Amino acid sequence: MKSIFSLCLATVLLGIAGTAEAGQTFDSVKSRGQVVCGVHTGLGGFGAPDQKGNWAGLDVDVCRAVAAAMFGDSTKVRYVPLSAQQRLPALQSGEVDLLSRNTTWTLTREASNGLLFAAVDFYDGQGFLVAKKLGVKSARELNGATVCVQTGTTTELNLSDFARANKIDIKPVTIESFEEAASAFISGRCDAMTSDGSQLAAIRANQTPVPDDYVILPERISKEPLATAVRQGDDQWFNLVKWSFQAMIDAEERGVSSANVDAQLKSSDPNIQRLLGVTPGMGKSLGVDEKWAYSIIKQVGNYGESYDRNVGKDSKLKLERGLNDLWNKGGLMYAMPIR
Amino acid sequence: MAESSLLENPSANGWLRGPVDWARKNLFSSPANSLLTIVALWGLWLAVPPAIQWGLIKATWIGDPAACRAAGGACWGLVTEKYRLILFGIYPYDEQWRPFLAVVLFIVMLATAANPRFWRPWLGWVLVAGLVVVSVLMWGGILGLPLVTNDRWGGLPLTLILSIFGIVLSFPLAVVLALGRRSQLPAVRAWCVVYIELWRGVPLISVLFMASIMFPLFMPEGVTIDKLLRAQLGIILFTAAYLAEIVRGGLQAIPRGQYEAADSIGLTYWQKMRLVILPQALRLVIPPLVGQFITTFKDTSLVIIIGLYDLLSSTKVALSDPQWRAFYVEGYVVAALIYFVFSYVMSQYSQYLERRLSAGARRR
Repeated sequence: MKSIFSLCLATVLLGIAGTAEAGQTFDSVKSRGQVVCGVHTGLGGFGAPDQKGNWAGLDVDVCRAVAAAMFGDSTKVRYVPLSAQQRLPALQSGEVDLLSRNTTWTLTREASNGLLFAAVDFYDGQGFLVAKKLGVKSARELNGATVCVQTGTTTELNLSDFARANKIDIKPVTIESFEEAASAFISGRCDAMTSDGSQLAAIRANQTPVPDDYVILPERISKEPLATAVRQGDDQWFNLVKWSFQAMIDAEERGVSSANVDAQLKSSDPNIQRLLGVTPGMGKSLGVDEKWAYSIIKQVGNYGESYDRNVGKDSKLKLERGLNDLWNKGGLMYAMPIR
Repeated sequence: MAESSLLENPSANGWLRGPVDWARKNLFSSPANSLLTIVALWGLWLAVPPAIQWGLIKATWIGDPAACRAAGGACWGLVTEKYRLILFGIYPYDEQWRPFLAVVLFIVMLATAANPRFWRPWLGWVLVAGLVVVSVLMWGGILGLPLVTNDRWGGLPLTLILSIFGIVLSFPLAVVLALGRRSQLPAVRAWCVVYIELWRGVPLISVLFMASIMFPLFMPEGVTIDKLLRAQLGIILFTAAYLAEIVRGGLQAIPRGQYEAADSIGLTYWQKMRLVILPQALRLVIPPLVGQFITTFKDTSLVIIIGLYDLLSSTKVALSDPQWRAFYVEGYVVAALIYFVFSYVMSQYSQYLERRLSAGARRR
């Protein structure tokens, strides 16, 4: 009996130890010739198969960027759709190499779940959507209001925290599915609807009869930095994921886009020369080809292009840039120096 | 059987004497019956006209969400636009004729296997050949078909694969378990009891969770067993435990005399079971067996929680498009219809089979 127990224990420990060897993910991705990327099972704009079954979205573009940096080919990705419960174990067990699936960067996920967050690709936050005719200008004026909210999510907890902190009386109407909660709000069962800002914007643009009759209140009652995660233990892989995303922001800051990247190869700006590998060195440090950032920009685009295409003005979601604009335009996207 | 005779006979007699008489006899024969009739009619009146209004009269058949919102009814444009995503999931778009053919083949194979005229020894080989063709179609990689790994399979073919393999492979295991539970050998019996009670003691959803989340944590990094295979094995092992108890019920219903008669003519254990006991026992338990088959078919939709795109999950993916998200009811109605058609056919077939196999018993 005791020996069976210790055998089981040894198996478990071996499994955990196996995940902690340095350089292993980077090398195994390289020899496999494919990045295995954990994505959402279906969240329009962030990660979902399109009509033809091809993956698209802001989170998916991070996977594509990493593949472009590693192999010079953004299609060398195998997507593993993961449910919310599956996502962390799938990454911990090595079933996926990176997780780009609307995951909020929190302390416990790094400190006790053995993950590292490499890049925030979307700053979200919980807000309120109300009808204009309600005449409310701030979430603090929602005293006595009924609010539609999805059950069993942190959204629901945040709502009660907010009500308690501001000493206002909010009556939550909890509904199991997100779609039904949205329908209930539009059909007038609640005065307001609460969810992540990006989701509220999507409801406003696509589900309300007249979008201009609805307004998203300015308050954000929670912070949801949605980030890409890797397993702890392989710093080289962590660096590659982190800098693949940094390159996308840096390209936007410097005005390098998929349209002009070939012309920019002749740029005299030393920063752009370093980014695009005209001046070698950056790729070598990361352990990939010097054209790594060139491939990302050429095949995936810079961050602004990806944003506009998936969730911004050229998409169905039509989200404002807001916090996700560049730092010098009032947002939080700030590329670290590539040198 | 029972319903059809109720429906046919009185109406056949009744219509001759006029509908009023028929209604009095069948719908208003007593105060309690009259009340039930009125309540049922009222319920139908509440449900049916609005459903027709929504689903047919005010519905939009083609067109974008804006057109649907203007019309105010059901938006079947969702289905015309997304039917391939719903039916075939994320299977590569240009190759979707392959899963389509696979589904057709599955249905042909099921229809063949269901017809008693084809119950000959060669049927097994035909079905095996059919499965080989289906696998070649789905996987490809030979005969000039591009390789499609099974993480891209989805929709109706995936639902059919999970349920057909789940049912077909769990059944022999279930028979062995049921026999084992009634065995004279204590070790065999104990093992079977533990297996059955353990699997019946946990919900399928937790089996799938274990298979997809816990199991990989125990494997060394990089060593992964295919997600589809894990789910399929989970479904087979789970279903077998339930089927085993149903089969055991049938075994217990066989009179002792049958066992003794088989022993007395010198049959071995396996001959006795194969020739005498099991044919009678299995015939007795057709209704609960088919009930379990239908449950298994519908339970495959639980694979949604481990990120496999069966019919229901691919419907959900089609609905994740923000533009169409408001029309989730239409999407789920379509998925429900497909599930209903398959389950209804299974249930009808079980009634046919019961009638056919009990023909001998009735004549006596």
